[in-house]
Amino acid sequence: MSWNEPGGDKKDPWSGRKDENSPPDLDEVIKSFQEKFGGIFGGGSGGGDSEGGSLKGLGFLAAGAAVLWGLSGFYIVDEGTRGVETRFGAYSSTSQPGLNWRFPSPIDQVQVVDVQNVQVVEVGYRSGGRQGAGSVPREALMLTKDENIVDVRLAVQYQVKDAKNYVFNLLNPTATLKQVTESAERGVIGHSTMDFVLTEGRSEIVAEIQTEIQKVMDSYESGILITTVNLQDAQPPEQVQGAFEDAIKAREDEQRYINEAEAYSNEVVPVARGAASRKTQEAEAYKESIIAKATGDVSRFSQLLTEYKKAPVVTRQRMYLESMENVLSNTSTVMVDVKGSNNMLYLPLDKLGNRTANTGTTNVANVPQSNSMPQKTSINNSSRTSNRGRVVRGR
Amino acid sequence: MGQNKILIAVAALFFVVSSCVFTVSETERAVKFRLGEVIATDFEPGLHFKLPFINNVKKFDSRILTMDSKPERFLTSEKKNVIVDSFVKWKIADVKTFYTAVAGDIRQANIRLDQIIKDAFRSEFSKRDIKQLVSSDRTAIRTALITLSTPIAVKLGIEIVDVQVKRIDLPNEVSSSVYRRMEAERERVAREFRSQGKEAAERIRADADKQRQIIMANAFRDAEKLRGSGDAIAADIYAKSYGKDIEFYTFYRSMIAYRQTFRKPGDMLVVEPDSDFFKYFKKQK
Repeated sequence: MSWNEPGGDKKDPWSGRKDENSPPDLDEVIKSFQEKFGGIFGGGSGGGDSEGGSLKGLGFLAAGAAVLWGLSGFYIVDEGTRGVETRFGAYSSTSQPGLNWRFPSPIDQVQVVDVQNVQVVEVGYRSGGRQGAGSVPREALMLTKDENIVDVRLAVQYQVKDAKNYVFNLLNPTATLKQVTESAERGVIGHSTMDFVLTEGRSEIVAEIQTEIQKVMDSYESGILITTVNLQDAQPPEQVQGAFEDAIKAREDEQRYINEAEAYSNEVVPVARGAASRKTQEAEAYKESIIAKATGDVSRFSQLLTEYKKAPVVTRQRMYLESMENVLSNTSTVMVDVKGSNNMLYLPLDKLGNRTANTGTTNVANVPQSNSMPQKTSINNSSRTSNRGRVVRGR
Repeated sequence: MGQNKILIAVAALFFVVSSCVFTVSETERAVKFRLGEVIATDFEPGLHFKLPFINNVKKFDSRILTMDSKPERFLTSEKKNVIVDSFVKWKIADVKTFYTAVAGDIRQANIRLDQIIKDAFRSEFSKRDIKQLVSSDRTAIRTALITLSTPIAVKLGIEIVDVQVKRIDLPNEVSSSVYRRMEAERERVAREFRSQGKEAAERIRADADKQRQIIMANAFRDAEKLRGSGDAIAADIYAKSYGKDIEFYTFYRSMIAYRQTFRKPGDMLVVEPDSDFFKYFKKQK
């Protein structure tokens, strides 16, 4: 098909070309398009017979291409991202979220960078359900100041703070961040002792690592802002974890021993105090009672003495007889009515004692002197107390 | 045909223009040659001109590049082997030198740099022991490495931005002995905790026992004091009263004692009838 227009069109064939130099005017563009397409489909005559018409068609085509080219300069920058524009490779501007326009390729280029989303670099471990999730000993194990080895896992969160620097200054910012993190954490851990790393120093270490990473990344003008560094885990390496757990248990055991001892102490001391109190109380009681008893005894005696002094002989006699009566009536009594004779005599005290103990009666018996008893016992040495009875020599 | 001519003209124009200009981006450094001879290197990013066919242009990455070398063993001053993993951040400083020294090949530059850095490492590490390497001297090493490698790097047209030691690790066989030492150390700590606990516990128990004993002894003392004073008071009371008539007291007390002594039915007395009690037993007068 030829591109000619029906004859009689007065339009300058180069008019379309002018559009290329001026900013695109939508009305004009549409109009020219209509004209052009009208020309193409409206005209049915053979091609090549109108030089001016073909030039004109070319012009329209060029204009259309120019418009499309111009339109392709529009781009949208999403919220939370920035567009870094370059003109012939040189940085020109950073565009904000919204609709933006640049000179289309190849004059201007735009690179959109996410500056809001926080991204994570994992060092020492891999999270998620991917293959190879878990610890990465090559990254996680490191030496401490006291030449111990600890297993440290870090998650570094970062975002882009300067899109321009982020795009232009580093070949591979993420890989660099990871390298720097490894270096920084080893530096910080390397001048801390293991106990510090594993226990009270965690937050301090994290802060130090963050500062260090940021410092180095800034020295590269990376345009990266470290938002947080999370110490996912800091623990002794697997190989020695048993020993470490035992040490922790030992710490608990220490407490346990102390608590047990304190329990013992808490039990023993109050009990002793109680017992002591009992002892003194008993002594107090003894004291009071013995004094009371003395007072009582004395009172009784004094009163009796007063009466005794009034009639000493009678009272004395009465008391004696009463006492003896009391004594003799309550006990088994054997009267031995022998005088000035042989001291040898036999008393079956066992039997007497048994009987009297059973009957409880008093026996007054004349025991005949007997020298021919098979068992001879000398009264002199007969302090026999084999039975419950007591043997008292008469004289 | 007219329009074909125009098309050809436009195409030709485009070709001429495009072969007359070149762009240098922010991430690039460019060298312009004239028939193979370097004539300009200091191009700002942007659009630049050249003569087609006569000039040609080579571009290199101007960003900070990384030379991440393989972990390598170095000897420390105490002749211990350590495995060191480091990386170097560098960028092209002088494009012309860079082009002539390593033909503009980044890989080749990395290899050269690796050698330079390893030499520097070797000399720095042999001056220090592990402790210094791992903890105290990191910054010093970094500075020394940069200082040592910079003069050589300059000859390659390279600027050393940073040298960082990523890892200083002990070889595996050493690591396992470190683990054994750590275990032993933990055991020491564990035992220390346990025996400290026992010590404290024993102390507490002993203290409790001591307190108990003291409390009981004091109680005994106080009790005996009380008893003694009671006895004394009682004795005093008795003495004062009984002293009024000692003879009668003796008689009186004897009577009480007799009654107290012989009062059970099982007690047996063998008596002769010539005591006062039996005075009238055999005779009435």
